[in-house]
Amino acid sequence: MSSPLQSLFPNIDDWSEIGRACIDTLLMLGGSLLLTVVIGLPLGVLLYLTGKGQLRAMPKLYAILSLVVNILRSIPFIILMIVLMPLTYVLVGTKLGIRGAIPPLVIGAAPFFARLVETALREVQRGVIEASQAMGASTWQIVRHVLLPEARGGLVAGITVTAIALVGYTAMGGAIGAGGLGDLAYRYGYLSYKSDYMLVTVVLLIVLVQILQMLGDRIVAHYTRHQ
Amino acid sequence: MIRFQAVHKSYRVDGRDVPALHAFDLDIADGEVFGIIGHSGAGKSTLIRLINLLERPSGGHILVDGTDMTTLSDAQLRGKRQRIGMIFQHFNLLASQTVAENVAFPLRLAGERDAAAIRRRVDELLARVGLSAHADKFPSQLSGGQKQRVGIARALANRPSILLCDEATSALDPQTTAAVLDLLAEINRELKLTIVLITHEMDVVRRVCDRVAVLDAGTIVERGAVVDVFLHPKHPTTRRFVNEALPEEAAGEQAPFANVPGRILRLSFRGEATWTPALGRVARETGVDFNILAGRIDRIKDLPYGQLTLAMQGARVDDALASLRQAGIEVEEITTPSPENRA
Repeated sequence: MSSPLQSLFPNIDDWSEIGRACIDTLLMLGGSLLLTVVIGLPLGVLLYLTGKGQLRAMPKLYAILSLVVNILRSIPFIILMIVLMPLTYVLVGTKLGIRGAIPPLVIGAAPFFARLVETALREVQRGVIEASQAMGASTWQIVRHVLLPEARGGLVAGITVTAIALVGYTAMGGAIGAGGLGDLAYRYGYLSYKSDYMLVTVVLLIVLVQILQMLGDRIVAHYTRHQ
Repeated sequence: MIRFQAVHKSYRVDGRDVPALHAFDLDIADGEVFGIIGHSGAGKSTLIRLINLLERPSGGHILVDGTDMTTLSDAQLRGKRQRIGMIFQHFNLLASQTVAENVAFPLRLAGERDAAAIRRRVDELLARVGLSAHADKFPSQLSGGQKQRVGIARALANRPSILLCDEATSALDPQTTAAVLDLLAEINRELKLTIVLITHEMDVVRRVCDRVAVLDAGTIVERGAVVDVFLHPKHPTTRRFVNEALPEEAAGEQAPFANVPGRILRLSFRGEATWTPALGRVARETGVDFNILAGRIDRIKDLPYGQLTLAMQGARVDDALASLRQAGIEVEEITTPSPENRA
Protein backbone atom coordinates (compact mmCIF):
# COMPACT_ATOMS: atom_id res chain seq x y z
CA MET A 1 0.00 0.00 0.00
CA SER A 2 1.68 3.18 -1.10
CA SER A 3 0.10 6.63 -0.85
CA PRO A 4 1.15 9.31 -3.37
CA LEU A 5 3.03 11.03 -0.58
CA GLN A 6 5.08 7.90 0.01
CA SER A 7 5.97 7.48 -3.63
CA LEU A 8 7.04 11.09 -3.88
CA PHE A 9 9.09 11.02 -0.68
CA PRO A 10 10.14 7.40 -0.24
CA ASN A 11 12.51 8.07 2.66
CA ILE A 12 10.14 10.09 4.81
CA ASP A 13 8.22 7.65 6.96
CA ASP A 14 7.55 9.92 9.90
CA TRP A 15 6.02 13.28 8.89
CA SER A 16 5.47 14.19 12.50
CA GLU A 17 9.24 14.50 12.81
CA ILE A 18 9.15 17.21 10.18
CA GLY A 19 6.29 18.88 12.02
CA ARG A 20 8.30 18.87 15.25
CA ALA A 21 11.30 20.29 13.41
CA CYS A 22 9.10 23.07 12.06
CA ILE A 23 7.89 23.92 15.54
CA ASP A 24 11.46 23.85 16.86
CA THR A 25 12.59 26.23 14.13
CA LEU A 26 9.68 28.56 14.85
CA LEU A 27 10.42 28.48 18.59
CA MET A 28 14.09 29.24 18.02
CA LEU A 29 13.17 31.98 15.60
CA GLY A 30 10.53 33.51 17.86
CA GLY A 31 12.64 33.36 21.00
CA SER A 32 15.79 34.67 19.40
CA LEU A 33 13.98 37.36 17.42
CA LEU A 34 12.28 38.66 20.54
CA LEU A 35 15.53 38.82 22.49
CA THR A 36 17.37 40.27 19.48
CA VAL A 37 14.91 43.15 19.34
CA VAL A 38 14.98 43.62 23.12
CA ILE A 39 18.78 43.90 23.05
CA GLY A 40 19.37 45.31 19.57
CA LEU A 41 16.85 48.13 19.73
CA PRO A 42 18.39 49.92 22.73
CA LEU A 43 21.84 49.21 21.35
CA GLY A 44 20.84 50.73 18.02
CA VAL A 45 19.35 53.78 19.76
CA LEU A 46 22.58 54.16 21.73
CA LEU A 47 24.65 53.90 18.54
CA TYR A 48 22.44 56.53 16.94
CA LEU A 49 22.49 58.94 19.89
CA THR A 50 26.23 58.75 20.50
CA GLY A 51 27.11 59.08 16.82
CA LYS A 52 28.88 62.14 15.42
CA GLY A 53 26.74 65.27 15.49
CA GLN A 54 23.81 63.52 17.19
CA LEU A 55 21.85 64.37 20.33
CA ARG A 56 24.30 62.74 22.74
CA ALA A 57 27.44 62.58 20.64
CA MET A 58 30.12 60.61 22.52
CA PRO A 59 32.85 59.75 20.02
CA LYS A 60 34.72 57.37 22.31
CA LEU A 61 31.70 55.36 23.43
CA TYR A 62 30.48 55.26 19.85
CA ALA A 63 33.85 53.99 18.64
CA ILE A 64 33.84 51.20 21.24
CA LEU A 65 30.24 50.16 20.56
CA SER A 66 30.86 50.30 16.87
CA LEU A 67 33.95 48.11 17.15
CA VAL A 68 32.16 45.46 19.24
CA VAL A 69 29.24 45.42 16.83
CA ASN A 70 31.57 45.08 13.86
CA ILE A 71 33.55 42.27 15.47
CA LEU A 72 30.41 40.28 16.26
CA ARG A 73 29.14 40.86 12.75
CA SER A 74 32.36 39.71 11.11
CA ILE A 75 32.42 36.29 12.76
CA PRO A 76 30.58 33.69 10.64
CA PHE A 77 27.62 32.44 12.64
CA ILE A 78 28.69 28.84 12.74
CA ILE A 79 32.05 29.84 14.25
CA LEU A 80 30.38 32.24 16.67
CA MET A 81 28.15 29.43 17.85
CA ILE A 82 31.13 27.19 18.61
CA VAL A 83 33.16 29.97 20.24
CA LEU A 84 30.22 30.91 22.44
CA MET A 85 29.52 27.36 23.66
CA PRO A 86 31.02 27.85 27.13
CA LEU A 87 29.10 31.09 27.58
CA THR A 88 25.95 29.43 26.29
CA TYR A 89 26.34 26.69 28.87
CA VAL A 90 26.70 29.26 31.66
CA LEU A 91 23.68 31.21 30.43
CA VAL A 92 21.14 28.43 29.77
CA GLY A 93 22.69 25.30 31.23
CA THR A 94 23.01 23.46 27.92
CA LYS A 95 24.81 23.78 24.61
CA LEU A 96 22.19 21.86 22.68
CA GLY A 97 18.63 22.14 21.51
CA ILE A 98 16.49 25.22 21.24
CA ARG A 99 17.73 26.66 24.52
CA GLY A 100 21.32 26.13 23.56
CA ALA A 101 20.76 27.83 20.21
CA ILE A 102 19.16 31.01 21.46
CA PRO A 103 22.19 32.75 23.09
CA PRO A 104 24.42 32.51 20.00
CA LEU A 105 21.50 33.44 17.74
CA VAL A 106 20.83 36.56 19.77
CA ILE A 107 24.50 37.49 20.10
CA GLY A 108 24.91 37.01 16.36
CA ALA A 109 21.77 38.88 15.31
CA ALA A 110 21.50 41.71 17.89
CA PRO A 111 24.52 43.69 16.56
CA PHE A 112 23.23 43.25 13.02
CA PHE A 113 19.79 44.50 14.06
CA ALA A 114 21.35 47.35 16.06
CA ARG A 115 23.01 48.65 12.89
CA LEU A 116 19.71 48.49 11.05
CA VAL A 117 18.09 50.44 13.90
CA GLU A 118 20.84 53.06 13.74
CA THR A 119 20.34 53.43 9.99
CA ALA A 120 16.55 53.64 10.33
CA LEU A 121 16.82 56.34 13.01
CA ARG A 122 19.20 58.36 10.86
CA GLU A 123 16.46 58.55 8.27
CA VAL A 124 14.34 60.64 10.65
CA GLN A 125 14.52 64.26 9.52
CA ARG A 126 16.87 66.40 11.52
CA GLY A 127 14.29 69.18 11.50
CA VAL A 128 11.69 67.10 13.32
CA ILE A 129 14.18 66.40 16.08
CA GLU A 130 15.13 70.07 16.24
CA ALA A 131 11.45 71.02 16.48
CA SER A 132 11.03 68.63 19.40
CA GLN A 133 14.06 70.12 21.13
CA ALA A 134 12.60 73.57 20.59
CA MET A 135 9.40 72.35 22.27
CA GLY A 136 11.44 71.38 25.32
CA ALA A 137 11.55 67.61 24.80
CA SER A 138 14.20 65.64 26.70
CA THR A 139 16.40 63.16 24.87
CA TRP A 140 14.34 60.30 26.25
CA GLN A 141 11.09 61.96 25.12
CA ILE A 142 12.57 62.47 21.67
CA VAL A 143 13.56 58.79 21.46
CA ARG A 144 10.24 57.57 22.76
CA HIS A 145 7.83 59.98 21.04
CA VAL A 146 9.70 61.12 17.93
CA LEU A 147 12.50 58.83 16.77
CA LEU A 148 10.88 55.45 17.30
CA PRO A 149 7.40 56.35 15.96
CA GLU A 150 8.81 58.28 13.00
CA ALA A 151 11.20 55.46 12.11
CA ARG A 152 8.78 52.60 12.73
CA GLY A 153 8.55 51.69 9.03
CA GLY A 154 12.32 51.33 8.84
CA LEU A 155 12.41 49.50 12.15
CA VAL A 156 9.86 46.93 11.01
CA ALA A 157 11.79 46.48 7.77
CA GLY A 158 14.88 45.89 9.92
CA ILE A 159 13.07 43.32 12.05
CA THR A 160 11.98 41.53 8.87
CA VAL A 161 15.51 41.39 7.49
CA THR A 162 16.80 40.21 10.87
CA ALA A 163 14.12 37.51 11.16
CA ILE A 164 15.07 36.16 7.75
CA ALA A 165 18.75 36.20 8.67
CA LEU A 166 17.81 34.32 11.85
CA VAL A 167 16.04 31.65 9.80
CA GLY A 168 19.36 31.06 8.06
CA TYR A 169 21.24 31.06 11.36
CA THR A 170 18.84 28.50 12.93
CA ALA A 171 19.39 26.22 9.95
CA MET A 172 23.16 26.51 10.41
CA GLY A 173 22.71 25.90 14.09
CA GLY A 174 21.01 22.65 13.18
CA ALA A 175 24.32 21.32 11.99
CA ILE A 176 25.76 21.48 15.50
CA GLY A 177 22.88 20.16 17.50
CA ALA A 178 20.35 22.97 17.71
CA GLY A 179 17.50 20.93 16.21
CA GLY A 180 14.85 22.22 13.85
CA LEU A 181 14.61 22.06 10.08
CA GLY A 182 18.33 22.71 9.58
CA ASP A 183 19.14 19.72 11.76
CA LEU A 184 16.79 17.54 9.73
CA ALA A 185 18.21 18.70 6.41
CA TYR A 186 21.76 18.17 7.64
CA ARG A 187 21.31 14.75 9.27
CA TYR A 188 18.98 13.08 6.78
CA GLY A 189 19.49 15.11 3.66
CA TYR A 190 23.26 15.57 3.80
CA LEU A 191 24.71 12.82 5.98
CA SER A 192 22.27 10.07 4.89
CA TYR A 193 21.76 11.14 1.26
CA LYS A 194 17.97 11.28 1.71
CA SER A 195 17.40 14.06 -0.78
CA ASP A 196 13.63 14.12 -0.27
CA TYR A 197 14.24 15.34 3.29
CA MET A 198 16.45 18.05 1.91
CA LEU A 199 13.78 19.08 -0.57
CA VAL A 200 11.01 19.24 2.01
CA THR A 201 13.03 21.27 4.52
CA VAL A 202 14.25 23.68 1.86
CA VAL A 203 10.70 24.20 0.62
CA LEU A 204 9.49 24.78 4.16
CA LEU A 205 12.26 27.30 4.79
CA ILE A 206 11.40 29.11 1.56
CA VAL A 207 7.75 29.27 2.60
CA LEU A 208 8.73 30.57 6.04
CA VAL A 209 10.94 33.30 4.58
CA GLN A 210 8.22 34.29 2.11
CA ILE A 211 5.67 34.58 4.88
CA LEU A 212 8.03 36.69 7.03
CA GLN A 213 8.82 39.01 4.13
CA MET A 214 5.18 39.47 3.17
CA LEU A 215 4.15 40.11 6.73
CA GLY A 216 6.96 42.61 7.20
CA ASP A 217 6.18 44.42 3.96
CA ARG A 218 2.53 44.73 4.91
CA ILE A 219 3.28 46.27 8.28
CA VAL A 220 5.79 48.65 6.71
CA ALA A 221 3.23 49.65 4.07
CA HIS A 222 0.66 50.26 6.80
CA TYR A 223 3.03 52.44 8.82
CA THR A 224 4.29 54.42 5.88
CA ARG A 225 0.95 54.96 4.17
CA HIS A 226 0.91 58.62 5.19
CA GLN A 227 4.54 59.45 4.56
CA MET B 1 11.95 91.21 26.25
CA ILE B 2 14.76 89.43 24.48
CA ARG B 3 18.17 90.94 25.06
CA PHE B 4 21.43 89.94 23.43
CA GLN B 5 24.48 91.20 25.28
CA ALA B 6 27.84 91.01 23.49
CA VAL B 7 26.75 87.72 21.94
CA HIS B 8 28.98 86.08 19.39
CA LYS B 9 29.10 82.65 17.84
CA SER B 10 31.72 80.73 15.94
CA TYR B 11 31.80 77.18 14.71
CA ARG B 12 34.78 74.90 14.83
CA VAL B 13 35.57 73.68 11.37
CA ASP B 14 38.66 71.54 10.79
CA GLY B 15 40.22 72.79 14.01
CA ARG B 16 39.68 76.46 13.18
CA ASP B 17 37.11 78.83 14.66
CA VAL B 18 34.96 80.21 11.88
CA PRO B 19 32.86 83.16 13.03
CA ALA B 20 29.16 82.91 12.20
CA LEU B 21 28.05 85.97 14.17
CA HIS B 22 30.30 88.80 15.25
CA ALA B 23 29.68 90.27 18.70
CA PHE B 24 26.43 92.21 18.80
CA ASP B 25 23.85 93.68 21.16
CA LEU B 26 20.18 93.61 20.33
CA ASP B 27 16.96 94.23 22.22
CA ILE B 28 13.62 92.91 21.05
CA ALA B 29 10.67 94.45 22.88
CA ASP B 30 7.62 92.62 24.21
CA GLY B 31 4.79 92.38 21.73
CA GLU B 32 6.68 93.56 18.68
CA VAL B 33 7.24 91.72 15.43
CA PHE B 34 10.96 91.81 14.85
CA GLY B 35 12.41 90.79 11.51
CA ILE B 36 15.93 89.67 10.82
CA ILE B 37 16.75 89.75 7.14
CA GLY B 38 19.83 88.40 5.48
CA HIS B 39 21.04 86.28 2.61
CA SER B 40 21.68 82.60 3.19
CA GLY B 41 24.84 82.18 5.18
CA ALA B 42 24.52 85.61 6.78
CA GLY B 43 23.97 84.01 10.18
CA LYS B 44 20.25 84.56 10.64
CA SER B 45 19.42 80.90 11.34
CA THR B 46 22.10 80.90 13.99
CA LEU B 47 20.82 84.14 15.47
CA ILE B 48 17.24 82.96 15.89
CA ARG B 49 18.41 79.66 17.40
CA LEU B 50 20.41 81.52 20.03
CA ILE B 51 17.12 82.70 21.56
CA ASN B 52 15.98 79.21 22.58
CA LEU B 53 19.55 77.99 22.80
CA LEU B 54 19.27 75.44 20.02
CA GLU B 55 22.62 77.07 19.31
CA ARG B 56 24.83 77.94 22.24
CA PRO B 57 26.66 81.27 21.98
CA SER B 58 30.44 81.23 22.02
CA GLY B 59 30.26 84.22 24.34
CA GLY B 60 27.90 86.81 25.76
CA HIS B 61 24.49 86.58 27.38
CA ILE B 62 20.98 86.04 26.07
CA LEU B 63 18.23 87.22 28.36
CA VAL B 64 14.65 86.19 27.78
CA ASP B 65 12.25 87.98 30.09
CA GLY B 66 15.15 88.63 32.42
CA THR B 67 16.37 85.02 32.57
CA ASP B 68 19.89 84.44 31.33
CA MET B 69 19.36 81.45 29.05
CA THR B 70 23.03 80.53 29.05
CA THR B 71 23.06 79.76 32.77
CA LEU B 72 20.04 77.44 32.89
CA SER B 73 20.30 73.75 33.72
CA ASP B 74 19.05 71.27 31.12
CA ALA B 75 15.73 70.82 32.94
CA GLN B 76 15.25 74.58 33.39
CA LEU B 77 16.06 75.15 29.74
CA ARG B 78 13.47 72.57 28.66
CA GLY B 79 10.88 74.31 30.82
CA LYS B 80 11.77 77.68 29.33
CA ARG B 81 11.64 76.31 25.78
CA GLN B 82 8.08 75.19 26.33
CA ARG B 83 7.19 78.87 26.60
CA ILE B 84 8.98 79.80 23.37
CA GLY B 85 7.15 78.57 20.28
CA MET B 86 8.97 77.96 17.03
CA ILE B 87 7.90 77.33 13.44
CA PHE B 88 10.09 76.20 10.58
CA GLN B 89 10.56 76.55 6.84
CA HIS B 90 9.91 72.85 6.31
CA PHE B 91 7.25 72.66 9.03
CA ASN B 92 8.93 69.72 10.81
CA LEU B 93 5.71 67.96 11.72
CA LEU B 94 5.59 64.34 12.90
CA ALA B 95 4.68 62.42 9.76
CA SER B 96 3.47 59.43 11.75
CA GLN B 97 0.96 61.46 13.76
CA THR B 98 -2.29 63.16 12.84
CA VAL B 99 -2.77 66.91 12.87
CA ALA B 100 -4.46 66.74 16.29
CA GLU B 101 -1.68 64.54 17.71
CA ASN B 102 0.95 66.93 16.37
CA VAL B 103 -0.71 69.84 18.13
CA ALA B 104 -1.17 67.78 21.30
CA PHE B 105 2.51 66.80 21.33
CA PRO B 106 3.88 69.90 23.11
CA LEU B 107 1.06 69.66 25.66
CA ARG B 108 2.07 66.08 26.44
CA LEU B 109 5.73 67.10 26.61
CA ALA B 110 4.76 69.73 29.16
CA GLY B 111 3.22 67.01 31.30
CA GLU B 112 -0.48 67.40 30.50
CA ARG B 113 -2.14 64.02 31.09
CA ASP B 114 -5.83 64.91 31.04
CA ALA B 115 -7.09 63.68 27.66
CA ALA B 116 -10.19 65.89 27.78
CA ALA B 117 -8.13 68.99 28.52
CA ILE B 118 -5.76 68.14 25.67
CA ARG B 119 -8.66 67.67 23.27
CA ARG B 120 -10.21 70.99 24.29
CA ARG B 121 -6.97 72.88 23.80
CA VAL B 122 -6.25 71.18 20.47
CA ASP B 123 -9.76 72.03 19.20
CA GLU B 124 -9.27 75.63 20.26
CA LEU B 125 -5.89 75.88 18.51
CA LEU B 126 -7.08 74.23 15.31
CA ALA B 127 -10.04 76.61 15.24
CA ARG B 128 -7.68 79.56 15.57
CA VAL B 129 -5.63 78.48 12.56
CA GLY B 130 -8.69 77.41 10.56
CA LEU B 131 -7.98 73.69 10.44
CA SER B 132 -10.79 72.24 12.57
CA ALA B 133 -11.94 70.07 9.67
CA HIS B 134 -8.50 68.50 9.27
CA ALA B 135 -7.82 67.26 12.81
CA ASP B 136 -7.62 63.60 11.86
CA LYS B 137 -5.60 63.99 8.69
CA PHE B 138 -1.92 63.27 8.43
CA PRO B 139 0.56 65.99 7.46
CA SER B 140 1.20 64.36 4.06
CA GLN B 141 -2.46 64.95 3.20
CA LEU B 142 -2.16 68.72 3.71
CA SER B 143 -0.92 71.56 1.51
CA GLY B 144 2.15 73.57 2.48
CA GLY B 145 0.09 76.41 3.89
CA GLN B 146 -2.01 74.01 5.95
CA LYS B 147 1.12 72.31 7.27
CA GLN B 148 2.48 75.67 8.40
CA ARG B 149 -0.84 76.36 10.14
CA VAL B 150 -0.43 73.09 12.03
CA GLY B 151 3.08 74.26 12.89
CA ILE B 152 1.66 77.52 14.21
CA ALA B 153 -1.05 75.76 16.24
CA ARG B 154 1.60 73.46 17.70
CA ALA B 155 3.89 76.38 18.52
CA LEU B 156 1.06 78.18 20.34
CA ALA B 157 -0.08 75.13 22.34
CA ASN B 158 1.69 75.96 25.59
CA ARG B 159 0.73 79.66 25.43
CA PRO B 160 4.23 80.95 24.71
CA SER B 161 5.21 84.58 25.15
CA ILE B 162 7.55 84.41 22.14
CA LEU B 163 7.14 82.90 18.70
CA LEU B 164 10.25 82.26 16.60
CA CYS B 165 9.70 81.94 12.85
CA ASP B 166 12.53 80.31 10.93
CA GLU B 167 11.94 81.21 7.26
CA ALA B 168 8.35 80.20 7.91
CA THR B 169 7.03 81.28 4.53
CA SER B 170 10.03 80.54 2.32
CA ALA B 171 8.64 77.22 1.11
CA LEU B 172 5.21 78.68 0.32
CA ASP B 173 3.76 80.33 -2.79
CA PRO B 174 3.04 84.09 -2.66
CA GLN B 175 -0.69 83.77 -1.88
CA THR B 176 -0.15 81.24 0.88
CA THR B 177 2.69 83.38 2.20
CA ALA B 178 0.33 86.35 2.46
CA ALA B 179 -2.27 84.25 4.30
CA VAL B 180 0.27 82.84 6.76
CA LEU B 181 1.72 86.32 7.39
CA ASP B 182 -1.78 87.66 8.04
CA LEU B 183 -2.30 84.87 10.54
CA LEU B 184 0.99 85.72 12.27
CA ALA B 185 0.01 89.41 12.42
CA GLU B 186 -3.37 88.45 13.88
CA ILE B 187 -1.74 86.25 16.51
CA ASN B 188 0.66 89.03 17.39
CA ARG B 189 -2.23 91.46 17.80
CA GLU B 190 -4.59 89.22 19.71
CA LEU B 191 -2.23 87.26 21.90
CA LYS B 192 0.24 90.14 22.45
CA LEU B 193 2.99 87.71 21.64
CA THR B 194 6.48 88.74 20.59
CA ILE B 195 7.38 87.42 17.16
CA VAL B 196 10.93 87.12 15.89
CA LEU B 197 11.19 86.09 12.28
CA ILE B 198 14.06 85.51 9.94
CA THR B 199 13.68 85.79 6.21
CA HIS B 200 15.50 86.64 3.03
CA GLU B 201 12.50 88.48 1.60
CA MET B 202 12.01 92.18 2.28
CA ASP B 203 8.36 91.78 1.41
CA VAL B 204 7.84 89.57 4.47
CA VAL B 205 9.43 92.25 6.63
CA ARG B 206 7.33 94.99 5.02
CA ARG B 207 4.09 93.12 5.59
CA VAL B 208 4.37 92.17 9.25
CA CYS B 209 7.41 93.55 11.02
CA ASP B 210 7.61 96.57 13.28
CA ARG B 211 11.38 96.63 13.41
CA VAL B 212 14.08 94.97 11.39
CA ALA B 213 17.75 94.13 11.61
CA VAL B 214 19.74 93.54 8.46
CA LEU B 215 22.36 90.85 8.77
CA ASP B 216 25.31 90.69 6.41
CA ALA B 217 28.14 88.19 6.80
CA GLY B 218 27.57 87.76 10.53
CA THR B 219 27.17 91.45 11.34
CA ILE B 220 24.05 93.51 11.93
CA VAL B 221 24.67 96.28 9.42
CA GLU B 222 21.46 98.19 9.87
CA ARG B 223 18.51 98.17 12.23
CA GLY B 224 15.49 100.25 13.04
CA ALA B 225 11.80 100.74 12.40
CA VAL B 226 10.82 99.02 9.17
CA VAL B 227 9.48 102.24 7.69
CA ASP B 228 12.80 104.03 8.24
CA VAL B 229 14.91 101.21 6.92
CA PHE B 230 12.58 100.71 4.00
CA LEU B 231 12.34 104.34 2.94
CA HIS B 232 15.92 105.29 3.70
CA PRO B 233 18.14 102.23 3.46
CA LYS B 234 21.76 103.10 4.20
CA HIS B 235 23.82 99.96 3.87
CA PRO B 236 24.28 98.54 0.34
CA THR B 237 22.91 95.15 1.46
CA THR B 238 19.79 96.82 2.81
CA ARG B 239 19.36 98.74 -0.45
CA ARG B 240 19.57 95.54 -2.40
CA PHE B 241 16.88 93.97 -0.21
CA VAL B 242 14.65 97.00 -0.51
CA ASN B 243 15.01 97.08 -4.29
CA GLU B 244 14.19 93.39 -4.53
CA ALA B 245 10.92 94.12 -2.78
CA LEU B 246 9.94 96.81 -5.25
CA PRO B 247 7.65 96.13 -8.17
CA GLU B 248 9.25 96.21 -11.62
CA GLU B 249 8.09 99.70 -12.61
CA ALA B 250 9.66 101.29 -9.54
CA ALA B 251 13.03 99.92 -10.53
CA GLY B 252 13.18 102.89 -12.92
CA GLU B 253 14.29 104.80 -9.88
CA GLN B 254 17.68 103.26 -10.37
CA ALA B 255 18.03 104.60 -13.91
CA PRO B 256 20.46 107.46 -14.35
CA PHE B 257 18.57 110.72 -14.53
CA ALA B 258 21.55 112.70 -15.82
CA ASN B 259 19.71 113.78 -18.98
CA VAL B 260 16.54 114.79 -17.19
CA PRO B 261 16.28 118.57 -16.82
CA GLY B 262 15.64 120.03 -13.39
CA ARG B 263 16.51 118.92 -9.89
CA ILE B 264 15.94 115.28 -9.13
CA LEU B 265 14.19 114.76 -5.81
CA ARG B 266 12.90 111.85 -3.84
CA LEU B 267 9.84 112.52 -1.72
CA SER B 268 8.81 110.07 0.98
CA PHE B 269 5.34 110.20 2.47
CA ARG B 270 4.31 108.17 5.45
CA GLY B 271 1.03 107.74 7.25
CA GLU B 272 -1.60 110.40 6.64
CA ALA B 273 0.74 112.47 4.46
CA THR B 274 0.39 109.78 1.81
CA TRP B 275 -3.22 110.71 1.18
CA THR B 276 -2.94 114.53 1.28
CA PRO B 277 -2.69 116.39 -2.05
CA ALA B 278 0.38 118.31 -0.87
CA LEU B 279 2.37 118.08 -4.08
CA GLY B 280 -0.31 119.67 -6.26
CA ARG B 281 -0.94 122.42 -3.75
CA VAL B 282 2.76 123.28 -3.42
CA ALA B 283 3.20 123.29 -7.20
CA ARG B 284 0.30 125.70 -7.60
CA GLU B 285 1.50 128.00 -4.83
CA THR B 286 5.11 128.17 -5.98
CA GLY B 287 4.64 127.83 -9.70
CA VAL B 288 7.13 124.97 -10.04
CA ASP B 289 6.79 122.27 -12.67
CA PHE B 290 7.35 118.67 -11.80
CA ASN B 291 7.65 115.49 -13.69
CA ILE B 292 7.26 112.13 -11.96
CA LEU B 293 10.07 109.75 -12.89
CA ALA B 294 9.26 106.81 -10.64
CA GLY B 295 7.04 106.12 -7.71
CA ARG B 296 5.11 103.71 -5.56
CA ILE B 297 2.43 103.79 -2.95
CA ASP B 298 2.06 100.84 -0.62
CA ARG B 299 1.78 99.87 3.02
CA ILE B 300 4.39 98.92 5.57
CA LYS B 301 2.45 96.70 7.95
CA ASP B 302 -0.52 99.01 8.66
CA LEU B 303 1.20 102.23 7.69
CA PRO B 304 0.56 103.65 4.24
CA TYR B 305 3.59 105.18 2.58
CA GLY B 306 4.56 106.58 -0.75
CA GLN B 307 7.81 107.39 -2.43
CA LEU B 308 8.10 109.51 -5.57
CA THR B 309 11.14 110.37 -7.59
CA LEU B 310 10.56 113.53 -9.58
CA ALA B 311 12.30 116.24 -11.55
CA MET B 312 11.37 119.76 -10.47
CA GLN B 313 11.91 122.94 -12.43
CA GLY B 314 11.08 126.55 -11.75
CA ALA B 315 12.29 129.69 -10.01
CA ARG B 316 11.02 128.76 -6.54
CA VAL B 317 12.06 125.13 -6.18
CA ASP B 318 13.64 125.81 -2.78
CA ASP B 319 10.43 127.34 -1.50
CA ALA B 320 8.55 124.35 -2.81
CA LEU B 321 10.84 121.98 -0.96
CA ALA B 322 10.47 123.90 2.27
CA SER B 323 6.71 123.79 1.87
CA LEU B 324 6.73 120.07 1.25
CA ARG B 325 8.85 119.46 4.32
CA GLN B 326 6.42 121.53 6.30
CA ALA B 327 3.63 119.26 5.15
CA GLY B 328 5.46 116.33 6.73
CA ILE B 329 7.01 115.00 3.57
CA GLU B 330 10.64 113.89 3.59
CA VAL B 331 12.62 115.37 0.74
CA GLU B 332 15.98 114.15 -0.50
CA GLU B 333 17.83 115.65 -3.38
CA ILE B 334 19.48 113.12 -5.69
CA THR B 335 20.40 115.38 -8.58
CA THR B 336 23.09 113.07 -9.78
CA PRO B 337 22.53 109.49 -8.80
CA SER B 338 25.41 108.19 -6.73
CA PRO B 339 27.20 105.12 -8.11
CA GLU B 340 25.98 102.82 -5.32
CA ASN B 341 22.38 103.74 -6.20
CA ARG B 342 22.90 102.11 -9.54
CA ALA B 343 23.83 98.72 -8.11
